[in-house]
Amino acid sequence: MTTAAIPYVGSTMDRIEGPEKVTGRARYAFEHSPQDLAYAVPVPATIARGEVRSIDIDAVVQLPGVIAAIWHGNAPRLSTPENAELAVLQSPRVAYRGQYIAVVVAETLQDAREAARRLRVEYDAEPHDVELRVDHPGMYRPDQVNPFYPTDTEMGDPDSAFAAAPIVVDATYSTPAEHNNPMEPHATVALWDGDGLTLYDSTQGASTIRDTLAPLFGLPPENLRVISPHVGGGFGSKINPMPSVVVAALAAKQVGRPVKLSVTRQQMFAVTGYRTPTIQRVRLGADADGRLTTIVHEAFEQSSRIYEFAEQTTTPTRVMYAAPNRRTSHRLVRLDVPTPTYMRAPGEAPGMFALESAMDELAVAGKIDPVELRIRNEPAADPESGLPFSSRNLVACLREGARRFGWADRDPAPGVRRRGRWLIGTGVASSTYPTYRRPSQASARCDPDGMFTVRIAASDIGTGARTALTQIAADTLRTSPGRVRVEIGDSAMPSAIMAGGSMGTASWGTAVVRACQSLAEELDRRYGEVPAAGLETSADTTEEIDAQQRFSRHAFGAQFAEVAVDSDSGETRVLRLLGGFAAGRIINPKTARSQFIGGMTMGLSMALLEESIMDDEFGDYLNHDFAQYHIAACADVRDIDAFWIEEDDPHLNPMGSKGVGEIGIVGTAAAVANAVYHATGVRIRDLPITLDKLVR
Amino acid sequence: MRPFDYRRAEDARSAVAALDERPDAMYLGGGTNLVDLMRLGVASPEMLVDVTRISSSAIEESADGGLLIGAGVRNSDLACDPLVRLRHPMLAESVLAGASGQIRNMATVGGNLLQRTRCSYFQDISKPCNKRQPGSGCPAREGDHRNLAIIGHSSDCVATHPSDMAVALAALGAIVHVEGRRGSRTVPMPGLHRLPGDEPDRDTVLEAGDLITAVEVPALSFATRSHYRKVRDRASFAFAVVSVAAALDVADGVVRDCRIALGGVAHVPWRAEIAEEALRGSAATATEFTRAADLELAQARPLRDNGFKVPLARNVLVRTLIDLTEAS
Repeated sequence: MTTAAIPYVGSTMDRIEGPEKVTGRARYAFEHSPQDLAYAVPVPATIARGEVRSIDIDAVVQLPGVIAAIWHGNAPRLSTPENAELAVLQSPRVAYRGQYIAVVVAETLQDAREAARRLRVEYDAEPHDVELRVDHPGMYRPDQVNPFYPTDTEMGDPDSAFAAAPIVVDATYSTPAEHNNPMEPHATVALWDGDGLTLYDSTQGASTIRDTLAPLFGLPPENLRVISPHVGGGFGSKINPMPSVVVAALAAKQVGRPVKLSVTRQQMFAVTGYRTPTIQRVRLGADADGRLTTIVHEAFEQSSRIYEFAEQTTTPTRVMYAAPNRRTSHRLVRLDVPTPTYMRAPGEAPGMFALESAMDELAVAGKIDPVELRIRNEPAADPESGLPFSSRNLVACLREGARRFGWADRDPAPGVRRRGRWLIGTGVASSTYPTYRRPSQASARCDPDGMFTVRIAASDIGTGARTALTQIAADTLRTSPGRVRVEIGDSAMPSAIMAGGSMGTASWGTAVVRACQSLAEELDRRYGEVPAAGLETSADTTEEIDAQQRFSRHAFGAQFAEVAVDSDSGETRVLRLLGGFAAGRIINPKTARSQFIGGMTMGLSMALLEESIMDDEFGDYLNHDFAQYHIAACADVRDIDAFWIEEDDPHLNPMGSKGVGEIGIVGTAAAVANAVYHATGVRIRDLPITLDKLVR
Repeated sequence: MRPFDYRRAEDARSAVAALDERPDAMYLGGGTNLVDLMRLGVASPEMLVDVTRISSSAIEESADGGLLIGAGVRNSDLACDPLVRLRHPMLAESVLAGASGQIRNMATVGGNLLQRTRCSYFQDISKPCNKRQPGSGCPAREGDHRNLAIIGHSSDCVATHPSDMAVALAALGAIVHVEGRRGSRTVPMPGLHRLPGDEPDRDTVLEAGDLITAVEVPALSFATRSHYRKVRDRASFAFAVVSVAAALDVADGVVRDCRIALGGVAHVPWRAEIAEEALRGSAATATEFTRAADLELAQARPLRDNGFKVPLARNVLVRTLIDLTEAS
């Protein structure tokens, strides 16, 4: 089919479940209350390394309302999972402070919390090591980095090229640990019925949770059902099951009653993942015109003792700019810390802070306009794989962004623009995110009343996925969205990839199109007549996606920032943020814009505020609540806008779309840091840009 | 959650009597700090005596032009009171610089003064803290103390007082009216709050059962030219890294009088008496302001990671005084 005639894809449509959400009728995981419900409150370890020697279970089960207290001494046995984080309450070992070592189940949440607080635990503590540093003796080379990239790449002779380059930058950048902090905490209601388990879970992927947890509990996948119609955000932390969902299921099994569990905000700083801190060294060499001759990007990161999570920090550097000599690498150290996980644009967000800060430093060193510098280094094909880009409009984003932002008259001199006590500066950075697509299944049904129902175990974590899929289905079925009901968020529906990697809509949309196409064909064959029992078709995109042509598929963008830095206090405020993105065909301009500016807001927050502070003495993230872990407030986000360059890319998927969920956060922090340099003449290479780094 | 009793007090005397009877009880105002601390397990009163109905929620003008602010006045009402805004703008500004609209709608004047520190260790019952558990130790001294004290701290405690309003009240020399077991009395600010010394569990000089009933702000004619400047990591909804409350009386280029207090630097709202003394009679110039600020901050003993607060406090104090001079 051609995409040109589609009327609903590309048009603004309000979020279908919006009225349900704003009136409180949309039910989230924690709001499901089966009969005979009990409440589970997990107990975190208060040492960072060692063993649980004993837990005084007996004292706690005497307390009012307490049904059971479970620890490794009495917990049901689980099969060994691939990710040891999920082997909850299976061993006395403590791998990090905050790891769950017990769970109390009680009649009320209040009873369970009080009992959990009173539980007396004795440990054999061992000295812990929680500090990420480049020269850590435990640094090693992981076999690959997420999700499947080579750990290191090298072309030409980057070191000699660097030594010979007339313009060079050699700088080390760092980004702190950051926590995902979706508005809705991780929550699960677990309900056993014989050998069947139902989980109402706050997740980014019902099928993923089922496929990971079924073997853990020794269940065939069809015996485990995960239901998650509405999810209050995830930002990557709800892609894989976290220990809390296992605890809920295990506790429900033990007490023989449905169990409800919600992770507290404080516990989310230990057991629901985070973005690894990074230390990154970037070396750039360029000729006198600013054409890169060499790019070297080395990243150092952490993971826990029990699971290797190797973030893909330098992978964007592999696709951004042309240079004959190049090297990227990742090194990892295993510490007594919680396991990091995906957090919005894992890899790209911290990696592009370093690369795009270094590009700005190169522009300063070479006295070249930073927009022009990037345009000069635009590659003709993917610089490392050599594959053609399916489409690439970074230059268009830079040029159009520069025009809209008013970049042309920019004086590059740093520290010279004043507005009262404020120093003013502007900065730019590029943005990119890979365009992934994974196999999914979908079904499409037509009933005699003329209504269509599309089912897929997709997940709407607040992105507008349900609405986008409705638009896609309506176009394919040549009907109006009002006659299409898209049902998602249930693992009993056709299996689907999770909402992650900015690939949800592309992956699910392909399956929905194929299922709807078969239904439309079937209806055509029947001259539009629907049998009394209805008509249903299904699709599986595995073969189609396996057979797709090899291209380098990425979205690109450009971020522009204007900042004001208080010359007395060092306080930085972002006056303006403008992002321009080239992300294929935009399916729903309204929800896509929210994704772009939402990502940019998170990028602003990353630039100025977000930092999880590791307490060396106790080995945990200290600032574990929203009073202490600062996320941008409304007053921090002033003038923010996004535009996009429409792309007609036939090599993507039937919709011609690229993902829009993550690219908005990529490059924002560098644009802000570059603007801070332009305002003050001070280069901040360590995020976040807090006032103590600027006050003099 | 631990069960607790709740009683609504009829008047100040009966509230004090209730606490006399039940030493495990605490007064409940807006609850914006205490309820959080109860959830965290930091505070675990067996009974709450709700004093929001009995505390006066009126702001009255005294004969000499001062104000008597009932302890039950909500922060939002204080900040938008026309007399406060006209005569003591720094007080209104300090309240508006704190917390969020929702919290200011709940929080009371009396409770605001009695906020506990937001030091991370104090709020985490799985860790030692001399303020929460005397004798257990102070991990902040060697741990995370970026936003803790630079002046007046002790080996036992490096916490800061979190209130913005208290900084303005300390500068204005407010007088706190207290009802206690032995009747009523007044406590002048600064002087309500105390330095940690070897008793960091005691934030103030108040005794068990004392109830703040009102805050009196004495008349100060030149406070009409006053300002509260708060430096914070986030544009709103963040505690002060450093703050300055200042009132300046300048005539013919000379400082006739001034009132200055600093927030975010000490266990108390820090009245800058050395700077005030240095400024009285001196020229109202940036040079003199800097000299006064440096004299005040000479007593700073920053910790490993909060040395930046010294230039920060100096810069914002000097800037605030310049702005007040230019406005006059």
